[in-house]
Amino acid sequence: MTDHWFDDAAGPVVRPYAMTRGRTRSSAPEAQLDLIALVIADGPDPGPKDPDGSVAEDKLLADHALVPEHLDIVRLCRASTLSVAELAAELDLPVGVVRVLIGDLLEAGLVRVTRPVPPAELPDESILREVINGLRAL
Amino acid sequence: MVFGRSERGGGKAPAEPVTLKILVAGGFGVGKTTLVGAVSEIKPLRTEERLTEAGRPFDDTQGVEAKSTTTVAMDFGRITIHEQLVLYLFGTPGQDRFWFLWDELANGALGAVVLADTRRLADSFAAIDYFERRSIPFTVAVNRFDGADRYPAESIRDALDLDEGVPVLQCDARVRESARDVLVSVVEHAMRAAPRTPAGA
Repeated sequence: MTDHWFDDAAGPVVRPYAMTRGRTRSSAPEAQLDLIALVIADGPDPGPKDPDGSVAEDKLLADHALVPEHLDIVRLCRASTLSVAELAAELDLPVGVVRVLIGDLLEAGLVRVTRPVPPAELPDESILREVINGLRAL
Repeated sequence: MVFGRSERGGGKAPAEPVTLKILVAGGFGVGKTTLVGAVSEIKPLRTEERLTEAGRPFDDTQGVEAKSTTTVAMDFGRITIHEQLVLYLFGTPGQDRFWFLWDELANGALGAVVLADTRRLADSFAAIDYFERRSIPFTVAVNRFDGADRYPAESIRDALDLDEGVPVLQCDARVRESARDVLVSVVEHAMRAAPRTPAGA
């Protein structure tokens, strides 16, 4: 029966939400995954270079039921700290999909996510002064 | 603050970078992406948000299936002030029907730029109303388009019925220094709007 489900007219079978196994909400609370939250690689292999990359990655895939896009996120975050918005743009995936994937990585302990401080909660003016000085130096 | 496998209490974890965002709003084609591109250290990136909600008061979605899905693109850029301080700029979606996406963008924003074109001032009313109602500090930046008449800032303030404290600047969204000055104005305005403990106190 399923043999007849897919044909050329059906278009590509893998749609973004197939990566998330149909989930549209992250298992991590939404508040943690602001567009400007930074995702920091925090896995068992924190080094920038993995001497035996492919084997370790296969093991990660098997251990945590991850899809290759999960590993893309970990790889990008090891190279530099990126925001949720930047990861979505880099991977060319909708933000919603990336949030779900990051939620999985959080659960697996492979990444950490910063919680952006709302401006009203900034401790004092010094951060805003730094922003102004930084902008003036552009 | 950090979630995940972070140290809680006691231990001195290395400070996490602070990220802030400024929104760039205004009517369609007023130069939002141009302004972001003029100051961003990266080529403006584009990300898509999938929209599944409908029916909020300001959506122009009457007559559309309640669960229809579409995607909306947001352009954004990044300015790394230093390793521990990063400013993101988000161009808001121009079409009014994507307003409900603004709520997420506006949440936690340091401030906003409302880009205006003197030939189509009314296009900026929506953004001004939005930020006024949410008490988000904003600067109005009049993008100097070739062939558009120039007006003094006071005429523009009157035409837009702006509060006295709202900065009104002329800018050229293509020019880095000009775009930068607009952002400086937003941050300064944000500092005045929400007085905090002076630095070092």
